[in-house]
Amino acid sequence: MVKITIRGNMATALGAKLSRPDVVPAYPITPSTLFPEKISEYIADGEMDAEMIRVESEHSAMSACIGASACGARVCTASASQGISLMSEMMFIAAGMRLPVVMAVGNRALAAPINIWCDHQDTISQRDTGWLQFYAEKNQEGLDLMIIAFKVCEDKRVLLPGMVGIDAFVLTHTLEAVDVPDQKLVDEFLPKYKPELYLDPSKPMTFGSFGTPEFYQEFKYAQVKAIEKASEVIDEVFAEFKKKFGREYKKIVPYKCEDADVIILTMGSMSGTARAAVNKMREKGKKVGCCKLTVYRPFPGKEIVDLTKNAKVIAVLDRDISPGFGGALYGEVAAQFINTSEHPLITDYIIGLGGRDVLIEDFEEIYDKSIETVKKGRVEKPVEWIHLNQEVL
Amino acid sequence: MKEEKELFSVGHRACAGCGEPIAVRAILNEAGPNTVAIVCTGCLEVVSTGWPETAWEVPLIHAAFENSASVASGIEVALRKLGKKDTNVIAFGGDGGTFDIGFQALSGMLERGHNVKYVCLDNEAYMNTGIQRCSSTPYGASTTTSPAGKYSIGEDRPKKPLAAICASHDIPYTATATIAYPEDLKKKVKTALETKGPCFLHVLVPCPTGWRFSSEKTVELAKLAVGTGVFVLWELRGSNFNNINITKKLKGRKPVTEYLKTQGRFRHLFRPEIKQDVIDKIQKDIDEKCKRFGVDL
Ligand SMILES: Cc1ncc(C[n+]2csc(CCOP(=O)(O)OP(=O)(O)O)c2C)c(N)n1
Ligand code: SF4
Repeated sequence: MVKITIRGNMATALGAKLSRPDVVPAYPITPSTLFPEKISEYIADGEMDAEMIRVESEHSAMSACIGASACGARVCTASASQGISLMSEMMFIAAGMRLPVVMAVGNRALAAPINIWCDHQDTISQRDTGWLQFYAEKNQEGLDLMIIAFKVCEDKRVLLPGMVGIDAFVLTHTLEAVDVPDQKLVDEFLPKYKPELYLDPSKPMTFGSFGTPEFYQEFKYAQVKAIEKASEVIDEVFAEFKKKFGREYKKIVPYKCEDADVIILTMGSMSGTARAAVNKMREKGKKVGCCKLTVYRPFPGKEIVDLTKNAKVIAVLDRDISPGFGGALYGEVAAQFINTSEHPLITDYIIGLGGRDVLIEDFEEIYDKSIETVKKGRVEKPVEWIHLNQEVL
Repeated sequence: MKEEKELFSVGHRACAGCGEPIAVRAILNEAGPNTVAIVCTGCLEVVSTGWPETAWEVPLIHAAFENSASVASGIEVALRKLGKKDTNVIAFGGDGGTFDIGFQALSGMLERGHNVKYVCLDNEAYMNTGIQRCSSTPYGASTTTSPAGKYSIGEDRPKKPLAAICASHDIPYTATATIAYPEDLKKKVKTALETKGPCFLHVLVPCPTGWRFSSEKTVELAKLAVGTGVFVLWELRGSNFNNINITKKLKGRKPVTEYLKTQGRFRHLFRPEIKQDVIDKIQKDIDEKCKRFGVDL
């Protein structure tokens, strides 16, 4: 293992390189552009034996991923924001055809207004495509989760595409030290992809059939069973990864939650800030904990319920917004408790949209609001926005 | 006649007299079983892939409406990477999936130089969704979104010259063909398969439902399209149009009315009264095209 200091995009590109994909169709977009650049460089320098397809759009990137994966190739790509929206149609199709394509994402806001900074709207909006979704907190996780994603997605019990999100700029462009796993160990961990079904002239088969009402539901049901199964497979693969490389991954990662009255849920890079804020508040005797989701699809609902059921308030932080409703994570966390008679109060904070900084003070404010909610014994404002600049409104 | 099994046959559900299966069968039988095929959403996909059946005896993938060319790009590269570079990659697209919504993906595939043989099956409208106009729809044709009416002659724009646009990408081989001349079609398929790099075949496939003619007249209609100069059969290597080879020159080219009159989509040009100005314009455009291409003997 070697330690190097690299940007997040390079970490995901390195994770991809170590996973030995055969084909990489990709289209540049800020903040993910360094990924296709790095892959091109690795190939140009003979460090990587892959074929890059410099497609003319993200829609074609995902289309080419589908074609290549259906031939039995290991395939990955990278994108963000507008690019992900453009390929959305094909993301549903990759999942419906059960093709284990892996995508590195630099999580970025969606226009309008156009904005290149950190936000989870791009991938959260694709949550129903049927892709597995992993969110990294650090560059190391970005690298490791790429390798993990290939292994989970290609598992015969799963066979679904998956994405690894790293936050725009906060990770994509920020230098951090990472351990680079040994190629030999990665090869042992992630052997060559050998699908049972692929486009093969010696065994002709039709992919992407016309599914009439008699059959369509069964296709979808089988697909849903596979992503549910992925939950188990992810645990297995995380355990195997730890054994091989020493680093531990969990679907949700709690911090000081055991006795916490208030538990703050986060995803992505703000999770580190959350822990620092928890430490600061704990020093003042406040009973607060936090927990990040590393896996968002399949949704770790059971794990979240088990962790939070004795808390007084769950404060969900959403770096996304479903207009007319609230944050996506909030809705999903709340749904987990719908059939339990007693549960914590659940509140939602829309935070850090379009790259606005998420600060330690914000967590303190959220804690204070949560305690007020506890005192009142009810939620008056379920969805609140943090850091709204009233002057420009 | 080769002694091989049909590669596109059993149980497709196309309308009687549909030109699409005729073309696909001829093309696949020429290509042989070592082929991966791609189709766009459209009539061909709907009539041939209804799960759990399939009319395809070669591996087939259908992904979406606009991206046969980019799915094929991925397939071609993957096959090469996996050491199967001898497998033919044939992408089929309807005219909607090729001229319009798939134009960008097609241009990208051609420009990148993939070893893909792209076949546009042109029935001159979006048939699968019920005969809407396309940039392939000819001037004067009535469709459900360019209907003839008191203030409308039907489609009021000329057909997009797609094959010429493809050739202008300087691809190694471009050709036009139709099912009325199967030998010509097969020869062009063979040439395309033997030519390394992206090739574009524009195949006219009459559609009895959309063009409104009786289903036994499919081949006759395709023949008339050629015989009147409406559809010129040509092939070209590269992009220098001086080198164009007209594979069916015409001696005594027929007037276009012979073609128009046989189809319901042009009926409004003759009834209740003759729209001579429209017919004259169609004829004049054909005359100019035939002169430019050197079609007349
Ligand atoms: C993105 C998208 N837009 C629209 C459609 C609806 N649609 C399906 S097939 C089709 C028309 C197909 O026309 P063409 O390509 O000419 O093929 P044909 O059916 O005539 O053979 C349309 C508009 C679709 N499936 N996907
Ligand atoms: S509508 Fe036309 S193209 Fe479609 S199946 Fe019928 S004849 Fe063929």
